[in-house]
Amino acid sequence: MLLVVEQFLNGLQFGLLLFLLAAGLTLVFGIMDFVNLAHGSLYMMGAYFAATFVMWTGNFIIGVLLALGATLLLGIVLEFAALRHLYGRDHLDHVLATFGLILFFNDAVRLIWGPAGLTLPLPAWLTVPIAIMPGVYYPAYRLAIIVVALAVALMLYLVVMRTRVGMLIRAGASNREMIGALGVNIKLLYTLVFGLGAALAGLAGLMQAPILTVQIGMGENILILAFVIIVIGGIGSIRGAFLAAIFVGMIDTLGRAFLPDLLRQMLSSTAASTAAPALSSMLIYLLMAMVLVVRPEGLFPASRR
Amino acid sequence: MRTAFWLAGATVLALAQPVMAADSIKIGFVSTFSGPTAVIGNDMRNSFELALDHMGRKIGGLPVEVIYEDDQQKPDVGKQKTEKLVQSDKVDFIVGYIWSNVLLASLKTAVDSKTFLISANAGPSQLAGELCSPYVFSTSWQNDQTPQAMGLYMNQKGVKSVFLIGPNYAAGKDMLAGVKSTFKGQVVGEEYTVWPSQLDFSAELSKARASKAEAIFVFYPGAAGVQFLNQYVQAGIKQQIPLYTAFTIDELSLPLQKENALGVPGAQEWVNDLPNEENKRFVADYRKKYPNLRPTFYGAQSYDAAQLINSAVVAVKGDTSKKDAMKAEMEKANFKSVRGPFKYGNNHIPIQNFYLQDVVKDADGQLSLKTVATIVKDSQDNFHDKCPMK
Repeated sequence: MLLVVEQFLNGLQFGLLLFLLAAGLTLVFGIMDFVNLAHGSLYMMGAYFAATFVMWTGNFIIGVLLALGATLLLGIVLEFAALRHLYGRDHLDHVLATFGLILFFNDAVRLIWGPAGLTLPLPAWLTVPIAIMPGVYYPAYRLAIIVVALAVALMLYLVVMRTRVGMLIRAGASNREMIGALGVNIKLLYTLVFGLGAALAGLAGLMQAPILTVQIGMGENILILAFVIIVIGGIGSIRGAFLAAIFVGMIDTLGRAFLPDLLRQMLSSTAASTAAPALSSMLIYLLMAMVLVVRPEGLFPASRR
Repeated sequence: MRTAFWLAGATVLALAQPVMAADSIKIGFVSTFSGPTAVIGNDMRNSFELALDHMGRKIGGLPVEVIYEDDQQKPDVGKQKTEKLVQSDKVDFIVGYIWSNVLLASLKTAVDSKTFLISANAGPSQLAGELCSPYVFSTSWQNDQTPQAMGLYMNQKGVKSVFLIGPNYAAGKDMLAGVKSTFKGQVVGEEYTVWPSQLDFSAELSKARASKAEAIFVFYPGAAGVQFLNQYVQAGIKQQIPLYTAFTIDELSLPLQKENALGVPGAQEWVNDLPNEENKRFVADYRKKYPNLRPTFYGAQSYDAAQLINSAVVAVKGDTSKKDAMKAEMEKANFKSVRGPFKYGNNHIPIQNFYLQDVVKDADGQLSLKTVATIVKDSQDNFHDKCPMK
């Protein structure tokens, strides 16, 4: 029973982390109608910035805040310098250009930081396990991820639903031409949205960094999951991304945790232990396929165009 | 006149042909040179180049040409690169292969063309057993051997129960099977993770803790070893359940694992401080040639691969068409290995010692690996009976 609680927390933590990545992606895709494969590179840059700034300043919190600012800035520069010229074009052009950016960022990182990767060490107060219930210990850092991601989700909700900028963002998602015609500075709005998306990706990357290592190409596998989430949740919908991310995080973790034991009841032990990881990594894609069949627009589509 | 001209030309060509074929030794080197595990490929290349330096850039008196190919850690790419080396470059030897699944995919191409293949790392059980070949040699081990040594060490420590975690591919399965074959206690759990994409081990670690096992054994090569150790420590399991490893802590991952690796034992056939002259020279010259880097067991095995090739080519005086003679020479393992002397079994897999290694702070305050004890002497893999070669 205690194991189930722990695995639920693992799933929640993974889901919330995916949400941070997917939220930026769905904003950019939904509002700007722009397919950004380089979102995973921004995730990687967030992690590299954090590892570097924490090393320079010697303080985890300051380093992380600097890294967030740096990724935001990088996103804005990127939008201004490269992506702005691609908005009117076909999705295929977006994919080609942003795929090129992935290669660019990977090699830039190799030149600047070298091929070996970095680590982002945690301060001592985050490395201790915390007893959340009698007998259930959970890493303090993973709890911190849950708290931060929930706070960011709440903040995003408030910004998008309760502020004027948020209203423009929602309007942009519903009908781009119209808000341009109403005299809203759509270019500035786009730059802002892209910067926000970049900062969210950077936040996901730097929060994942102490758990994993900071390395070249770290954003590529997880980007696929982020795309799955926005397809399931409905493109352009933050609420959809939130629920779908938690869904996907849970399915992935619980699948890995309990499927092997379930299969062992039916198959021989060795067959089960090799089949289970393959099967559990398929579950998410099965879910996506089902959603695409039943509700092609996603579970919670943003308001229709 | 004209006929005479053609005849002369043909004679010149006929004379030139054998000389051309033997005026250099061509070696193809397949390893991973891109992506997160490129550091391993680089270490192998560095060590191989150092070996060539030590031989004066000549093998059996002939100049050497090495063609490095990147397998991107993917079996299909590795197979393609092997085909290219065999068919269009027509190399005399193919060396390298970090990953068992890449080697298994590439094996047939090399064996069918009767090109000598020397695995400098991967040691899938199939290669030692039914797929063994006169043209294939290993300067590493069979996958099961290293974890077998770890299983023996856990018996010595009186461990009663263990939880096994490893990646779901050819080598991962061999490694966990290896521990199980020697460990006398109870295996309370066995988890396989998606390879190489799964980097978050929270679900597996939670299960390991809940199993109340006395020990955890893992096999995570490359960066995955850093990630596993990070998460193991962050979850607070290091204070609860001791960890035993194979190929998880090495000179490449240690600078990233840092204090997390202290007190975590591993088994290995080569450690940087093995007290033989050849090894002292290898380690010292490596650190001189590549400042800030330290050689790993991957490198040591690549260094030995170059020496093995050298012994074969010297024995036939540079005539690489004498394949039987070269094979016979290589079977003697007639060179000074950096791991100390070893013999080849009937399946061309080394029969060798395995050592216990530990992480310590060295003289300059840096973390480094140190030999603590010999766990097993002259270990031979369990699959040599299945190999039809005698």
